[in-house]
Parts: sequence; structure tokens; C-alpha cells
Amino acid sequence: MTDIKRSAVRVIDVDRAVIRFAGDSGDGMQLTGDRFTNSSALFGNDLSTLPDFPAEIRAPAGTLAGVSAFQVHISDHDILTPGDHPNVLVAMNPAALKANLADLHPSGTVIVNSDSFDERSLHKAGYAANPLVDGSLDGYTVFEVPMTSLTLEAVKPSGTKPRDAERSKNFFALGLISWLYARPQEPTLEWISQRFSKTPMVAEANTLAFKAGWNFGETAELFPNTYEVKPAPLPAGTYTNISGNTALAWGLIAAAQLAGLKLFLGSYPITPASDILHELSKHKNFDVTTVQAEDEIAGIGAAIGAAYGGALGVTTTSGPGVDLKTESIGLAVNLEIPLIIVDIQRGGPSTGLPTKTEQADLLQVIHGRHGEAPVPVVAARTPGDCFYAAIEAVRIAVKYRTPVFLLSDGYLANGAEPWPVPDVASLPKIDPNFATAPNHVDADGNESFWPYLRDSETLARPWAVPGTPGLTHRIGGLEKADGSGSVSYDPANHDLMSRVRVAKIAGISKDVAAAEVDDPSGDATLVVLGWGSTYGAIAAGARRVRQRGLKVAHIHLSHLHPFPANLGDLLRSYERVLVPELNLGQLVKLVRAEYLVDAKPLTKMYGKPFQAEEIETAILEALDQPVEP
Amino acid sequence: MHLTHESDAFMTDLAEPLTPSARNASQGDGAPATSKKDWATDQEVRWCPGCGDYSILTAVQMLMPELAAKREDTVFVSGIGCSSRFPYYMNTYGMHSIHGRAPAIATGLAVSRPDLHVWVITGDGDALSIGGNHLLHALRRNVNLTIILFNNQIYGLTKGQYSPTSETGKVTKSTPFGSLDQPYNPVSLALGAEASFVARTHDMDRKHMMETFKAAYEHRGAALVEVYQNCNVFNDGAFEAILSKDARPNMLIPLRHGEAIRFGPQGEHGVVLEDGQAKVVEVAEVGEEALLVHDAHRVDPTLAFALSRLSTGVTSPTPIGVFRAVERPDYGSLVNTQVADARRAKGPGDLAKLLTSGPTWTVG
Repeated sequence: MTDIKRSAVRVIDVDRAVIRFAGDSGDGMQLTGDRFTNSSALFGNDLSTLPDFPAEIRAPAGTLAGVSAFQVHISDHDILTPGDHPNVLVAMNPAALKANLADLHPSGTVIVNSDSFDERSLHKAGYAANPLVDGSLDGYTVFEVPMTSLTLEAVKPSGTKPRDAERSKNFFALGLISWLYARPQEPTLEWISQRFSKTPMVAEANTLAFKAGWNFGETAELFPNTYEVKPAPLPAGTYTNISGNTALAWGLIAAAQLAGLKLFLGSYPITPASDILHELSKHKNFDVTTVQAEDEIAGIGAAIGAAYGGALGVTTTSGPGVDLKTESIGLAVNLEIPLIIVDIQRGGPSTGLPTKTEQADLLQVIHGRHGEAPVPVVAARTPGDCFYAAIEAVRIAVKYRTPVFLLSDGYLANGAEPWPVPDVASLPKIDPNFATAPNHVDADGNESFWPYLRDSETLARPWAVPGTPGLTHRIGGLEKADGSGSVSYDPANHDLMSRVRVAKIAGISKDVAAAEVDDPSGDATLVVLGWGSTYGAIAAGARRVRQRGLKVAHIHLSHLHPFPANLGDLLRSYERVLVPELNLGQLVKLVRAEYLVDAKPLTKMYGKPFQAEEIETAILEALDQPVEP
Repeated sequence: MHLTHESDAFMTDLAEPLTPSARNASQGDGAPATSKKDWATDQEVRWCPGCGDYSILTAVQMLMPELAAKREDTVFVSGIGCSSRFPYYMNTYGMHSIHGRAPAIATGLAVSRPDLHVWVITGDGDALSIGGNHLLHALRRNVNLTIILFNNQIYGLTKGQYSPTSETGKVTKSTPFGSLDQPYNPVSLALGAEASFVARTHDMDRKHMMETFKAAYEHRGAALVEVYQNCNVFNDGAFEAILSKDARPNMLIPLRHGEAIRFGPQGEHGVVLEDGQAKVVEVAEVGEEALLVHDAHRVDPTLAFALSRLSTGVTSPTPIGVFRAVERPDYGSLVNTQVADARRAKGPGDLAKLLTSGPTWTVG
């Protein structure tokens, strides 16, 4: 059957492939990419994804502004990035071709939906001449497939009206690419039948379109070969394919369980953070309460109220929401209560680039409050790491009675990777250590409760929740007297309390994992210092440099405030420090100020992650090496 | 004439219990008997001498023993402003938060801790200006909160700017040529937000305050009580036209559920509904049977709203008491029922199952 037919085409083994699906924002490219990713994950490849879509739900059809793309990198070995240059570009219309062609690998393959290359669509995309015939695609391997008409023909038996039938063409494309890369069919067919179980006609149309795409590849004799990307030898374990936002939501649920606390989310919808609200809303049986508040301020307000009541209070947002929550974060600093503020960074300032990634909130989350208002900052580095970063943020918040910023970004939020599922029993417990008894005896010998009497080691204050007899107390935004927590305007007390709050947060540096350096030779002179989602690109760029026989070290920070205690010594042990960031130089300012090291920035504001080759080039330049492919 | 508060007396004497059942020690779930002083803190009260806030504090501190409330189960949350210092003076749990945000913070607390009784203490600037949105949504959702809104029609803590309830034309530091703003009527606003309980009282009548606060306390859901409160420093006498001892009989219209709405020393004035509008009339002219009978439990808020529009300022006869008290599921109960239903249907969350709830594969 299939095997016999397959023998007609040559199967080429490749160690990795980068595929980009691009079309109109109504063409279902995100879904197509997502399905291809999932069947690749189940097949056992390592993978990394990069969804890239416009902020508009339906930007004008056929225009460059409306192009939505999904890039997936699959491989037979461990990989770190979604890939710099696609090997295959699937373009559903002229605009998708125009917007994405520049990224294609010079020897890449273009598969276009030739039905959409009519004069009107070409004009909308800004093509003066048809690129399929004017020679502008010379050098690429181009396959013209009339996907729309083939789909319409294929789905006829389902009885779908032509207008609806056309919408199945993304499944045709998915079927074709699945054939081209020998992906298993079953996961996709199963998913279709489940997802569209309530609309059998749609399910049938999509199934027919998917199979038609697959069969087209097999029978059209258009493609000289197919590709095989074998499973990657990942470490043993159970894997699932996970996006950053899902991992982060699960991490919060896990942390709440580890601490034995009710999870309370107060949130207001905002791109690209809303999926965390969606995910948590599904899991109420984990004692999760979600309140979609009237605004960003109410979201964090409700979380503060819940935290005062003894819940794990969480608020999720992106940069514009952080702006609005800032006053409330200052309150939480003064109240000294556990609170998690999740910032899924996006392009700024103001509304900026809602669907694009950026790392430009770092200085804001560390410094962006009036007064001396220190807040610990934890950043996730990969989609799967969002799970552990969430647990770490909660550990710090609960132990030190402080709001904690948890940073992710649009790239991690929507990107996905195979994730080894952790053994739940191995996750460390978190002790909320609620106050249960008076902690002070007043001058008259009466027992009383002092809400700002601190633990001598952590400097954390007691967490006494309403409902506990004998511990009634009042807290608020006014300055407190050391110990008793009464309102105090005493100058010396304010000086003391300001220093204590700062010392408490600074002391966390001793309680976090030391910064690790990836320096295989042990004698590199250049260290690349990164944080957050640039992890994959930096690690991949460093690998490339090392493959050239050169030496480079890499430190990647999870704790941005305070820094791990050993960071200064580590940085000073290198002659040169390069700091790549998707901002205009924020971490670099901090390490220069903190450690007096002559760190150099590498910055980018494209709303896209670094490519490994950009990092490679910057490292080579820093090493005064020639930059040649 | 300036209004003067009998603050000293308010601070020392004890009220008659409102109901015989409230007189004695342990009740309900066995809360130990408390007295007013159990509810006071050791903090020095720092409102200006003669401020109406003192009498409101006294009314609340005196009410708590009658409610047989437990101190540890009681939380006062406030925003910013003179009134918002209130939690420091209540020996309960409390949070003096930030400007306007008390309803939002209290929402999180009340929803996550339905076992507590959460009060919100706020003022006209705090609740209606900077925090207007949060108040509307707390009322709309019917969060189980007892909200006491001190309305003195002025910004006191910032030393005398006009507020969203100041009368148009008011001359203040920030409006030397008179304010141009149309003021809010807090009762109308709350009714417009479909609040399930809306009432008004004033700082010159402790008994009426206590009755009203008690009704608000016993209401399940969001209860808003507007308290006319005199700021004797920046807006002294704002309510003099209706609240001076001489004016009250003719200027305050007590609302009592199920009773005809009438007022005056001899009950000679009354309220009728005419063309859908509430109107003050002379009982002798229209006859008793023409008077509007107050129905606070009426689900449709139109009548309550009409009553709230009877006076457009505080210079003409003004209703006090409970405008509206209707039953509607409170938000926290709904939220917690959803959580409980999910746990019943799916069982308590199993983390290991959650982490493998998507497609999985095994390596090695």
C-alpha cells in the first residue's frame, strides 16, 4: 500500500528541517503549524517553534499586514531554536510569499497555493508581476499546487458548501507537508475527529482535505523525494509537547499544591498573557479560583486581597498591564505579602507590538516603582522552563513574604518544545509557615501580635491570616514601625525599614542557585551573558562558534533581581562580556553598575527572537575573528 | 449655625441594644460577648476634632457586640482619604490600601475567604472618583461586602478640593471660580449598577446609622451605605439644610419597607409617584391612600431609583434608610460553587495527570 507507492520517490534522511507555514490570518496557519508540531513531537523529534501572527484578528485579507506564519524546527538531535532559515516555505497566497521569502534558506523549497496567485491577490500583496513566472524565485525549488481547487474537489463528498469547503485548504497543506516529511497521519486524524466532533461535516471535510493533500504528494509525481527526520535520542522519560503559557499555568498549579495553598488568579485579558488565564480557568478542581477583573488594577487588587486571606495570589499580564499595576505592586512591597506578578513581555512602549516578543520590561520590573521598592525577579528561559520558573517564583514569594515578578515573553508564551514530564514526587514542598500564635509580650505582660517582627535569617515577617484568633492586626501602605507595624512617621524608623526591605530582598541572592557557566574548555576569554528567552539562540550560537574550534562561555540568568551571589566573580573572571538582549541594553546596564565590568551590549528590536547566526556573528566579532559562513 | 457633634458623648456612652436578642452574651455560633472597647485599638484616633467620622466609628464599634461578630473573622479594608484611616481604629484584621482600590482588594479577600465578614470603608473621592470603576463592579457582581461610603462632598486629606459629589459651582482651592462638574448621587449610581442593597444614613443619628449598618451587615451580597458626613474643616455645614436638628423633621424622608412614605413633625408630608417620578406632596391634599408604599424588596429597581432622585442636592427633602434590599446570589458563593462542582465532577486535582493530559510519548 503506502509503502509500495512511497518507493516511487526517493527518501532522503536529513538531521533536521525548518518548515514555515504562512498564509492569511484567516487561513488557519497557526493551527496547521501546531498540528504538524504535535505529530512531530509524538514521532519523537526534538523541536522548537516560532508562531508569528498579526495583532489584528482578521487584518485585511491578502495584505502583507495580514500574514500569519508558524515556523517549526524538527530534528533528530537536541536543538535550541526554531531555526534561522526555513528549508520549506508553504505560502498560501502572494502576500505570504512576499513577507517570508527573504528568510528562506538559499537552497530552500517553496510550496505555493497557485490558485491564489491571481492578479487581484498579486496586486494586494504589492507584486507588479507574478513571481511564479517572472524569474524572481530562480534558485529556489518551487512547487505550484492548486490547493484551493484540489481541496474543493476533495471535500465534495462531505456535502460542505464551497465557501466553507475552501476553509479546509490548510488541512490540505498539512497533509501534503506531513507526507513530505513522513509524519504519522493518525495523531492528526484523531485530533480532527475530536476537535470537530460536534460538527461532523467539518470533521469530514478536514479529514478529506488532509488525506487529499497527503495523496497528492504521493501520486502527483511532482516531488522527486521525501524527507525523513528520525526521532531524536532525548533523555529517557515521558514527554509532552508544551508551550510556555501552558507550562507557566501548570507551574503555578503545581506550586500551589506544593505549598498547600488555594490558587487565586486575578487577571484582565491581555495579549500574550491571556492563555494563562484560559488555562487556569479550566482547572478549578485544583482549588483554583480565577477572577476576570474589571481592569488590570482590580486584577492585582483581588490577588492582593486573596493573598492577605492566605491564598497564593497571582496576577498575569503584559507590559501595559504592569504599568497599571505598579502602584499596587508598591503596596504589596509595603504589606510584605506573597504575590506573583507574571509579565509576558511584548513589544513596547504603549500598545507597541502586542503579538511580538521583546525583553524590554527588565528595568521596569526591577526599578519601576516610586520609593525604594525592591521586588525579586525570576525569568524563564524556554517554554518548558516556565513550569520551574513559576515554582521558583512562588518559593521566593512565600518564603520571603514578597511580591515576585515572573518574566516570560511572547516567544516563550506561544513557542513550544518537547518537555520531559517531571516526577511530581520530586518537586520540593513549599512551607507557607502561617503565624498561629502571638509573638510579642507588651509592657503590661499581655501577649500580642506584631506583624512586622521579622525572622532573623530571612528578614521575612509573619503571614497571619484573618480568621486566626489572637492575631488581629492592621497593615497598609503607610510606613510601619519596625516590629509592631503601627503607622510611623519617625525618620529613623523609615530609614531603617527602607534598608531592611532592601536587605531582605538582597539576601535572597544567597538562597538561589549559583550562576552556572557553560565553558567546555574552561579557558574561554569571552563570556556571553543572557537572560530569559534568548537562551536557545545564545546556546546555539555558542555551539556554532565552538564547532569552529573557538572558545566561548555562556552564563544564562534565571534570577535577575537579586543576581546570584557568585555572578560578579564569574563575570570578572572573563576578559570580555557580551550581553545579547531583545531590548536596547538593560541587563548590560545592571551588570556594569553592579560589578564594574566592561560588558558590551548586543541589541535587537525586531519583535523577533535572535537567530543563532546573529549570536554567532556577534561572538566572532567580539573575538576579532573573521565572520564567514 | 455650624453642626456640632456630640463626639465626647458618642465615645463614652453605650447605645441601647437594637434587639432584645442582641442584649446577651453568647449567641449564634458561640462568639464570646464583646463590648465596644473590645473593638477599639490602642491607636490614637487622628481625625480633626469634631469630625463626623468619630460618630460613624462609634456607631460601628457599638454595633459589633450586638452583631455577635468575632474580631478575628472581621476585616476592614479601606482605600485612601480621611475615612480610610478607619481600619486602624478597629481591633480586627484590616488593610489600609491604596486610593480607590479597596473594593477590588476586598473582592479577592471575600471571594477566597467566604468565612470572613469583609467591610469596605471609603469616601466620596475614593469610591466615586479614582475608584469608581471598582465600586461599580463590586456592586454589579454582588460581592459579599458591607461598604460604608463616607460622603462629605469634599477632599479632606488633600486639604479641600471639590469632590465628585460636591455641588456644581462649589468654590474650593481647585475651583476658585466655582466647579463646573455635575455631581454624582451615590445612591442613584449604586442602583444603576444594580446593587442588591443600597441605603443612606447620616452622622448625626447614631441609632439610624446602627440600624442601617446592621441591615447592611445582615444582607448577603454587596451592601452600600452612603453616610452623609460633615467635614467641619473643609466643608462645614454641607448638610446643614437637611441635618440640623430643626431641619431634620421636614427634610429627612425615612424609608421603611412596607410603610407609606411620609415625613414632617406630624407626618404631614408624603411621597407619591406621578408620571413615574417620585414627588413630595402634602398628605392633606392627596389623601393617605395616594402615598407611595415603600417596597425595598422589589426586584425592579425603578422605584428605588425614583426615590433616589427625589432630592437633587442636600437642600431639599431627602430620603434616608434602605432604598433597596433584594436577594441575589453573591459572587463569592457562585465562584466557590463552581470550584466545588468541578472538584465533585473531576475529583481533586491530580498533578501527575495534569502534566500528562496532552499527547505524550516515551523515550528510552
